[in-house]
Amino acid sequence: MLRDHLISAAHLSRDDIEAVLDHAAAIDADPGIVRGRHAGRVLALCFFEPSTRTKMSFETAMKRLGGDTIDMGAVESSSVKKGESLADTVRVIEGYADALVLRHPSEGSAKLASEFVDVPLVNAGDGAGQHPSQTLLDLYTIRENAGLDDITVGIMGDLKYGRTVHSLAHALTEFDVRQHFISPESLRLPRNVRYDLHETGAEVREHTDLDEVLPELDVLYVTRIQRERFPEEREYREVAGEYRIDNEVLADASEDLTVMHPLPRVDEIAPEVDETARAKYFEQAHNGVPVRMALLDGLLGGDT
Amino acid sequence: MSDTDKELRVSKIRDGTVIDHVTAGQALNVLAILGIDGSGGESVSIGMNVPSDKLGLKDVVKVEGRELSQSEVDVLSLIAPEATINIIRDFDVIEKNRVERTESVTGILVCPNHNCITNADEPVRTAFAVLEDGVRCSYCGTIVRGGDVAEHIDAHGSGETAL
Ligand SMILES: [Zn+2]
Repeated sequence: MLRDHLISAAHLSRDDIEAVLDHAAAIDADPGIVRGRHAGRVLALCFFEPSTRTKMSFETAMKRLGGDTIDMGAVESSSVKKGESLADTVRVIEGYADALVLRHPSEGSAKLASEFVDVPLVNAGDGAGQHPSQTLLDLYTIRENAGLDDITVGIMGDLKYGRTVHSLAHALTEFDVRQHFISPESLRLPRNVRYDLHETGAEVREHTDLDEVLPELDVLYVTRIQRERFPEEREYREVAGEYRIDNEVLADASEDLTVMHPLPRVDEIAPEVDETARAKYFEQAHNGVPVRMALLDGLLGGDT
Repeated sequence: MSDTDKELRVSKIRDGTVIDHVTAGQALNVLAILGIDGSGGESVSIGMNVPSDKLGLKDVVKVEGRELSQSEVDVLSLIAPEATINIIRDFDVIEKNRVERTESVTGILVCPNHNCITNADEPVRTAFAVLEDGVRCSYCGTIVRGGDVAEHIDAHGSGETAL
């Protein structure tokens, strides 16, 4: 299982992924198998931008493993605000903890930080870059609901800035998955992600209309289109409205479609969808705990 | 007589470097890579669109009193893959090397992604992996196409923020 840092989903092999997901499934079935395993160990949560859920998910995971967490509090009140470099901050915090989780607004920050620390470091989101622990729980959810081979996945919304999308797209290339990307022209996948997908020879299509592919999909992964990406409110509303789903839009979809979303959502999925068997986004969020337990257990050397 | 010899006759230099067989049109970018803008007082001569048996047209850059570092040669290989580097001492060519395409370039290019951590005040040198047609930031993954590489050369030649 993983022993090093987790910086990018592009570094995860199929074996790595399956090892984490299998371990997560075992923990899910019987949390007792890892109870108290990391008693006395400390996980540092370094969140340079707020993310209550991801942070709480890691916190819960570490506590369920018997360990403890520390965090730096709000960035506004920390030494970061006084101009300390990220490299210095993580070098100091490394001395307090057995592993680090980093969320930072700049792309490449996790890679940089990992060059300055010896303890395992998990990237919990670097700007518009990557968010690989989210990807592991996304894959877990897909595997539970649709399997991970010979499936068709649609990923829709803000594909340009959506780091969960970038990580997921990389990881899906390790499996037999047909990927469809649905977004407004201005928010399509960035060049570097398209380049990587092309390099792996993955079967990938880009669309502006969901209708073109909806009936073929086993999984529809929806992400939020953010207001601040558009200069004008009117422009935003036009685009956002087109990428919103409700039961009427989903009428043409397979009965077994799995609808996912990394959350929080605003109005891209109508609440009426929540009541259907297709809605898996809350389950997906809950899967974050066993998956992160499995990940941390591996990184902290629990399976020896 | 090789075309290099013909060039050398025009303006021989005592000690320094002649960068020959530069892709036509790239001479000024070569100077940018070397961080030469004239303010340092170096004696520089440039030939642009000089006829060449090998390339049709080529540029030539001669710099007095200056040899190239490996990272400079690495970047040079991106914009002028056919270039030859002649080191001159006491009017003689004492060494003649072809540039080689490297796998990575460290400390010379600046990442065009403003939100990349290498553009913050951190103690790291930039690093780019060399792709078939361009380079890619090893931190944020941003790709710069081959033709645009010269635009991202750090004018001060350090590519560092706070080392
Ligand atoms: Zn970069």
